[in-house]
Amino acid sequence: MTTTMKSMFHSDINQGNAGVEEGLNPGSNTPGVNALEIKNLNFFYGSFQGLKNINLNVLERKVTAFIGPSGCGKSTLLRTLNRMYDLYPGQRAEGEIMFYGENILEPGKDVNLLRSRIGMVFQKPTPFPMSIYENIAFGVRLYERLSKAEMDERVEWALNKAALWNEAKDKLNQSGLSLSGGQQQRLCIARGVAVKPSVLLLDEPTSALDPISTAKIEELINELKKDYTIAIVTHNMQQAARVSDFTAFMYLGELVEYGKTDEIFIKPKKKETEDYITGRFG
Amino acid sequence: MNDRHLSSQFDEDLNSLCSKLLQMGGLVESQIEVAMRGFSETNLDLCNQVIEREKSVNTMEVEIDSACTELIARRQPTARDLRLVMAISKAITNLERAGDEAEIVAKRSKRVIEQAPNYKINAAEIKLSGQMAIDLLRRALDCFARLDAAAAAKVVEDDKQIDEEFRGFVRKLITYMAEDPKMISTGLDLLSIAKAIERIGDHAKNIAEFVIYIVKGADVRHVPHDDLVREATK
Repeated sequence: MTTTMKSMFHSDINQGNAGVEEGLNPGSNTPGVNALEIKNLNFFYGSFQGLKNINLNVLERKVTAFIGPSGCGKSTLLRTLNRMYDLYPGQRAEGEIMFYGENILEPGKDVNLLRSRIGMVFQKPTPFPMSIYENIAFGVRLYERLSKAEMDERVEWALNKAALWNEAKDKLNQSGLSLSGGQQQRLCIARGVAVKPSVLLLDEPTSALDPISTAKIEELINELKKDYTIAIVTHNMQQAARVSDFTAFMYLGELVEYGKTDEIFIKPKKKETEDYITGRFG
Repeated sequence: MNDRHLSSQFDEDLNSLCSKLLQMGGLVESQIEVAMRGFSETNLDLCNQVIEREKSVNTMEVEIDSACTELIARRQPTARDLRLVMAISKAITNLERAGDEAEIVAKRSKRVIEQAPNYKINAAEIKLSGQMAIDLLRRALDCFARLDAAAAAKVVEDDKQIDEEFRGFVRKLITYMAEDPKMISTGLDLLSIAKAIERIGDHAKNIAEFVIYIVKGADVRHVPHDDLVREATK
């Protein structure tokens, strides 16, 4: 088992809300609980600074979208939220990311445990070369001892959460790779939720999918936010407008504007945001 | 501010929508002007001309609405582009209705000219408020063309003068009709004309409010005037 795979499936469930503070939604007076509080975050690829003094709160059980041109730092920001950058030497983050009161950037943190609580789905569907059932059970089995019946139940639960059960229930023993691209991505989401995280990070989850599969994933995001906090990076601004409650616009490593999605797409406060979302960005 | 989209076709589509709106506005303005001349000069030809041209206004409304729908479908506009397209779609509805009111003025004037050409009611308020309504609509369209929110707030303010003229005329009309019941039929026609003009003022005011929405992003319909001015000028 690779470190990456292990880190993706740590199943020590900890959804406690220790240290939760009442926060304010960005740009509004609506109170909410912050799942993540990012404070003075700077990120470096060696000597290159990829993120510059980012401050924002990600609200619990809401969808927060990160938009911006290529290279603006949105994927970098997402990858700091579960310390995925730890896998690469020479990359480092400074500042604080408070996850229910704990600073996840502190040295000595158990990143495997962290990644079980903050799961990630990538741009390209990445099912393991094993059966659909095993794709789900594999990660769960790493850290939880479940009976066959309990595991069956967990697999069904996860596939149901990812809206894939009806399509996959009769072929659980077939390879995950036999599924269509959209189904594979939903399998990855099922794999992510199977270990019961509290936050799901989606890095351009539909950029490789056709419109129907994209619509299914977007519908799924809407369902999942009842139980999970979701942060999504997308190049598709209409997708951000459709699925998110809050939108953050980033440019050159800086957070330019962060607010309610409706406000960002109808009446953004910053000229740079308006130029970008209206397609005037040169 | 960079006013050009990465897609020049998008710019062309938006500019074309604005041009069509102003073209329609010009037509409606002319309709009202001709209808008022028809009334003031008791000229049946002018009244008929307005009634005949009303179809062109309706056609333009359908065309522009269709262009708005197409632009939304193709471009998914956001922020000020979205506000502009929404405002154009609503403004043309107001223009079309202002065109309908011009037709009402023409039809009622025609009836008055045909049935009671020598009526004894002083209709100075109608003539005055007609001129005011034309001026108000012209200014509202100018605000649209220049995206001038402050001037739009002034248009909203000035609509009250037309309302005042209308109320004054109604009070006078009641006296006339009470004194001579034979004037009631003509009086009611004149009331329709006065009401149509008052509504044209309202439509001009609505268009001015859409200008503030486009420029400032604030929906100022049904808000106290002081708040509207604050939004328009901040």
